[in-house]
Amino acid sequence: MTSTSKMPRIRPGSDRIAAIRTAIVLPVVAVILAILIGSIFIYAADLIAHKGAFDFGKPLTAYAALVKGSLLGFDPIIDTLKQAAPLVLGGLAVAIGFKAGLFNIGVQGQFVMGVLGSVAVGVALSKEPVWIAMPLAVLAGTLCGAAIGGLVGVLKAFSGAHEVVTTIMLNYIAGNILAAFVSGPLRVPRAPAPITYSVGNASLPIFLGKTGHIGILIAVVAAVVIWWILYRTTLGFEIRTAGANPEAARYAGMRPRRIIILTMAIAGGLGGLAGAGELLGVTHSTQTSFATSVGFDAIAVALLARSNPLAVIPAAFLFGAMRAGAGQMQIEAGTPRELVDVLQAMILLVLVILPVFARRLSGRGGQVVPDEAQTITKSYGSESVPG
Amino acid sequence: MDSVLYGIPVLGILFQIGGYLVAVLPTAAPTILAAATPLGFGALCGVVCERSGVVNIGIEGTMLTAAFTGWIVAIAAVAVIGPGEPGPLGVTPALIIGLVAAILSAVGVSLLHAWLSISLRVDQIISGTIINIAAIGITGYLNNVISAASPTSAGQFSAIQLPTAVTDLPLVGWLFETILNQGPITISLLVCVVVLQVLLFRSRWGLRTRAVGEHPKAAETVGIDVIRLRYRNVLIGGVFAGLGGAFLSMELSNSFQSDGVAGRGFIALAAMIVGRWTPVGAFGAALFFSLFLTLGQTINFLPPGGDLGVIVQALPAQVFSALPYIATIVVLTGLIGRSIPPAADGRPYEREATS
Repeated sequence: MTSTSKMPRIRPGSDRIAAIRTAIVLPVVAVILAILIGSIFIYAADLIAHKGAFDFGKPLTAYAALVKGSLLGFDPIIDTLKQAAPLVLGGLAVAIGFKAGLFNIGVQGQFVMGVLGSVAVGVALSKEPVWIAMPLAVLAGTLCGAAIGGLVGVLKAFSGAHEVVTTIMLNYIAGNILAAFVSGPLRVPRAPAPITYSVGNASLPIFLGKTGHIGILIAVVAAVVIWWILYRTTLGFEIRTAGANPEAARYAGMRPRRIIILTMAIAGGLGGLAGAGELLGVTHSTQTSFATSVGFDAIAVALLARSNPLAVIPAAFLFGAMRAGAGQMQIEAGTPRELVDVLQAMILLVLVILPVFARRLSGRGGQVVPDEAQTITKSYGSESVPG
Repeated sequence: MDSVLYGIPVLGILFQIGGYLVAVLPTAAPTILAAATPLGFGALCGVVCERSGVVNIGIEGTMLTAAFTGWIVAIAAVAVIGPGEPGPLGVTPALIIGLVAAILSAVGVSLLHAWLSISLRVDQIISGTIINIAAIGITGYLNNVISAASPTSAGQFSAIQLPTAVTDLPLVGWLFETILNQGPITISLLVCVVVLQVLLFRSRWGLRTRAVGEHPKAAETVGIDVIRLRYRNVLIGGVFAGLGGAFLSMELSNSFQSDGVAGRGFIALAAMIVGRWTPVGAFGAALFFSLFLTLGQTINFLPPGGDLGVIVQALPAQVFSALPYIATIVVLTGLIGRSIPPAADGRPYEREATS
């Protein structure tokens, strides 16, 4: 319970339109400003690479290549959708945590556990019919993610270990677990480097073009389901109440421990599903480490979407497009693909700074963070959650 | 009855682990202290920030920024002023310039965190996370840009070489070697820990810091400028994080890896919690974590014998790389006693309207 958490004000109808307008205007302004700041980095890279020859139009060249590689044409769009699918699921995993007042930085580890679960079951069932192998492999990945997410919830609920530190530690532990399995029981015998067999029939079916797998559809359905859970079910009401005001939730007879564990398990399941989708839909096998930036991307997506499950879809599409076009940008303009990470950080920075100035200009002052974020910062000593 | 019987081999293994530790500790101690350096500095950064009520989970990103800046500025300095002749401890002018740059960059990052979390009152954990993401993005981007010129290194700080007459002393020789046979940054950590412990509990600044961290309103009523003190503490924390980062790219190694910090900033936070927000306690916890960090290597070059050796051989190597992270979680769950954070930790302070 922070001293700053307040009950949301009840707003008349006209304010609702204003609220929707802010929800759209703020992210758009953040993206535009980040693109401008990114130009500085593009100039810097160009100056260093070409020993001081200044190319004024360089950012335009780079951004044009970024758009070309992500949106212009059928294949680039499918690539964008494929990149966006895990970001939708990861973004949901962070967003549902925010709704409950939990900061899930563990999507990386949940994703990796999803990869492990789906590859283990997928390889075992690779000769079975698709309709048996595929759903079971997806389920295994989801459950592995849910298990590691639920563990965070249990630790938080019963010992008060702060989820920010435990999720990050579990990210490293999950990476080691995957490496141990891939170089141990799942390893293809006599392969030069540790790698697993292909998941064969457990692969996700393709429905769009040559590579568009149904993980894209699963992600969209998941966003709708999470929205439905949050706003149309008792559990969702409890999650939102516990996030907005834990004291009130307890007085109302809700059990905070149960809510924390369930929320983290659902979040972990979403992260695991993202990993399963990538493994079964894109790579079909894995080495000892699974390269992904989904952990931090997911936080960016959730913050940009202001934790709204449906808004997660366009936010993930934006970051998916940037990831998809980054390669083209590096080839055509020579701008390193890490520019996407810089852009992402700048978007977040503007997102948290801008509302403060907007309020100062309109003379309203007061608490500045998005309402979901208000309850995140709590002490991380061992304070167990009562009830 | 059965459980008692099962207990005998377990006890035997525990004895073997104890014996193994006693056998290898003198040899491994310098490595353990060196590996504890970034953790210790990170934890000191956490202590000064959080004692004044500012949560800083951006230590990881701050150290990464410092590691990168120190490394690249030292290389640039070599290009400008030449490599120079290494003095004692491997000190060259270029390395000193790099070290200063590393500290300045970390203070700059801390200033951003202070501005976001103290002035703008953004949620402090969100602010720290943004710093971590930005640090990974910007250092990764610049590292990629620079890698085209394939820079190598400006060298690194090295250890004092003690005369063998000292290190061969019976019983205490290894202790001297552990503490003194280290690079300058590690030795400065030992000094910083003691000085900070004394200042925090014996000086006016320390009393004020603790007052602001526990009850900022009360502190303000007796005339302490809460905002200014928090700013100052976060910036001092930046100096420590900067030294920790510089250690990674200028003393432990002579190069920068984009994943080089590898969660040490977060383990440092855990060390701070286990050390109950005191410098000496945090340093002790850092040593404990670093024991786990180095255990994997130690087991490789000094494999234990007997049943313990058989067990260790049978385990996948990843078990040992995961050990520090597992230990962090176990410790956080409060198995080693509870630790209570400063009461106002993480809460933005809003000055009441005067007039």
